[in-house]
Amino acid sequence: MLENLQKSLTTALERFRGPRALSEKEVQEGLRDVRRALLEADVHFQVAKQFTEGVRDKLLGGERLKGVSGSQQAVHAFHQELVALMHSDEPALPKNPGHPMVLLMAGLQGAGKTTTAAKLALWLRKRQNRKVLLAACDLQRPAAVDQLVTLGRQLEIDVHAETPGERGVDPVSVARRALAKAKDGHYDAVIIDSAGRLHIDEELMGEIQAVCGAVKPDATYLVLDSMTGQDAVESARSFSEHLDLHGVILTKIDGDARGGAALSVRQVTGKPLAFLGTGETPADLEEFQAERVASRILDMGDVVGLVEKAQEAVDEEAQVEDYMRLMQGRFTMEDLLSQFKMMRKMGSMKKLLGMLPGAGKMSGLLDQVDDREFSRVEAIILSMTPKERLHPELIDGSRRKRISRGAGVEVADVNRLYKSYQQMQKQMKSMGKMLTGGRSKKRMLKQLNQKGRLPGMPGFPGLS
Amino acid sequence: MVFARLQAGLKRTRNRIQHAMRRLSGDRSTADTLDALEEVLYTADVGPISAELLTQAEAELKAGRLARPGEMEGWLRERLLQTIQGPDAGDPLPLAQQAPTVVLVVGVNGAGKTTSIAKLVKWLQDRKLQVLVAAADTYRAAAVEQLTIWCERLGADLIKSQHGADPAAVAHDGVEAALARGADVLVVDTAGRLHTQKNLMAELEKIARVLGRKLDGAPHHTLLVLDATTGQNAIQQARLFGQRVPLSGVILSKLDGTAKGGAVISVGREIGLPVSFVGLGESLDDFAVFQPAEFVDALFDPVDHATAP
Ligand SMILES: Nc1nc2c(ncn2[C@@H]2O[C@H](COP(=O)(O)OP(=O)(O)OP(=O)(O)O)[C@@H](O)[C@H]2O)c(=O)[nH]1
Ligand SMILES: [Mg+2]
Repeated sequence: MLENLQKSLTTALERFRGPRALSEKEVQEGLRDVRRALLEADVHFQVAKQFTEGVRDKLLGGERLKGVSGSQQAVHAFHQELVALMHSDEPALPKNPGHPMVLLMAGLQGAGKTTTAAKLALWLRKRQNRKVLLAACDLQRPAAVDQLVTLGRQLEIDVHAETPGERGVDPVSVARRALAKAKDGHYDAVIIDSAGRLHIDEELMGEIQAVCGAVKPDATYLVLDSMTGQDAVESARSFSEHLDLHGVILTKIDGDARGGAALSVRQVTGKPLAFLGTGETPADLEEFQAERVASRILDMGDVVGLVEKAQEAVDEEAQVEDYMRLMQGRFTMEDLLSQFKMMRKMGSMKKLLGMLPGAGKMSGLLDQVDDREFSRVEAIILSMTPKERLHPELIDGSRRKRISRGAGVEVADVNRLYKSYQQMQKQMKSMGKMLTGGRSKKRMLKQLNQKGRLPGMPGFPGLS
Repeated sequence: MVFARLQAGLKRTRNRIQHAMRRLSGDRSTADTLDALEEVLYTADVGPISAELLTQAEAELKAGRLARPGEMEGWLRERLLQTIQGPDAGDPLPLAQQAPTVVLVVGVNGAGKTTSIAKLVKWLQDRKLQVLVAAADTYRAAAVEQLTIWCERLGADLIKSQHGADPAAVAHDGVEAALARGADVLVVDTAGRLHTQKNLMAELEKIARVLGRKLDGAPHHTLLVLDATTGQNAIQQARLFGQRVPLSGVILSKLDGTAKGGAVISVGREIGLPVSFVGLGESLDDFAVFQPAEFVDALFDPVDHATAP
């Protein structure tokens, strides 16, 4: 996704390579190139300027570290700045939502609000088992209501829709009635789609403020196209002045946009990036992680953390080995546990999910588990005896009771885990042959290196 | 007047640029001037060509030229105008020798294709041409319904098929109907696609091929819709779409926002693709033929042209 930003930065940072400490002039010239690289990656002018100035101060002002080359020091400084720029402790979803939780999508025309609303609904259902109601409050664009209704039908998610143009059908009333329906129908969450609007259109900005006033969203997201240029900052700033934004959802990152808007908007609004839209199908939504993106931008082979790199290679080999074994249907609770551990270590389940064929499609375990549920699943598996872990078919009713007591969870939780395990094992087996197609471990490793992913299900591109 | 509207849109955020321009025209050190110039160019999304212009400007300043107030600004305008291309001879959409003229409209998701098509149809109808539309976005939910509503408003005939149908088949039926009904122009809407999606780009190629097979020379025009808020990715979009279907021009949509659309300058420069039309809002009349001089003026001119004679 951010490959291009990474590439141009890498080229600019070439200057900083070499074992010597850098002279002031070298630093200045190098920084100018870095700034241009950032600008050509759509990072906002002021942000790029601040960013390079921050690095300059670190490089020129700070003490020269002993035993560290100029390049290492520069890269370290860049990494620190980037993480500082992108990082946020705010979770993607609001911390203490009401019931039902109300989420509002806002943004410019064509940013991808409607699609994202549907994706988020699916995400909430799959990951958190929530009953979601979508509310079609884009009454502006022709057939926008139809679009949401159609998506809802496809995903089997309820949609509150009214006919645009009829009396009493305005965004505020529709939102209000959707909320009432959600309360009556015991929904856990309502996601409100809104019409695209220009941030300078005071009338329409007033309208969305009125929607906020009426339904008091727990979180309002600004939906932003990742291909946006310098204007990203302009519009994001204005939206955040009019609305109490919770975070930003960056869409269409499956293209080759450089993603500089992401950096800039974070900086200017102070709002975190919450989710990423990674494709056109409803399952293509990811939680955003700053460290990962920052590291990725600066991931320059031999420069950044050679040790980390080496470690990664070892992990990758282990991954491929596991993958091959899993594909042959030899899948145990131990595997499940080690998968989880690895996920935790990687700080993200996403990469793994992408690697497990069909995982995105299965309503099974891996789908619903988020990092918060992780400990619970771990506790359950650890409460099994080693024999049970290797031969899950042994786990009968009384064993389940014991396990649930040991893990401090309900028997139903153990049942659910077991059921998901079974589903997954079945899926793995049936897909194994098709996917590996007799490929050797070596070839798989090569593929992982080249494409950053292992073969996935058709229609489910691996997440890179 | 359309230009006034464009001005109004651009004016709101011109403050920053104006500020930089003032620094440009004032009596300043070389370094200051170059800084201001850099800010003007990059903030307008002008892109790669900026570095080159900056180098040239630096050389001019070192040689003691362009130092007087206003000179740098005039020079900059001149250079940008040399780069940017408008429609040949002012006609953005010359008709084919023999009717129908087929116009294919392409672009990334949400760029403004369908809305631009509605406006284009209106523009053509205003020129007393009979227009037929084909709904070859059979992919996105309710895309056909969206176009149907527009065509009802326009009183234009629409050729459509059901959701999930082969878009090339719809395009084919469009040409057939246009021939049968003696339409002057056929406009074909397509699904939004990212230029990096190989299979969808191949589908686009197929649509163009089918059009050509059905009618010699079709599509006569392929217009790429670019969102004015798009940054440097616009160049990639133009390049990759152009590799699949020969492009004839750009519709630059959403210029009524605060985005300046400067990326089309780099698109013109790197790809040689002219801008044909601009989109200035969500209603049918918010549409105009692209005027390079006005565009550059609106981009950089701190003087409000709307009030000038
Ligand atoms: N302000 C403004 N909005 C525009 C303009 N052109 C299009 N839009 C809006 O942008 C949004 C997307 O426009 P569409 O015409 O549906 O875009 P599209 O490229 O056909 O979208 P897909 O078919 O989904 O890829 C709609 O809300 C339009 O009203 C414009 O010139 N100015
Ligand atoms: Mg469309």
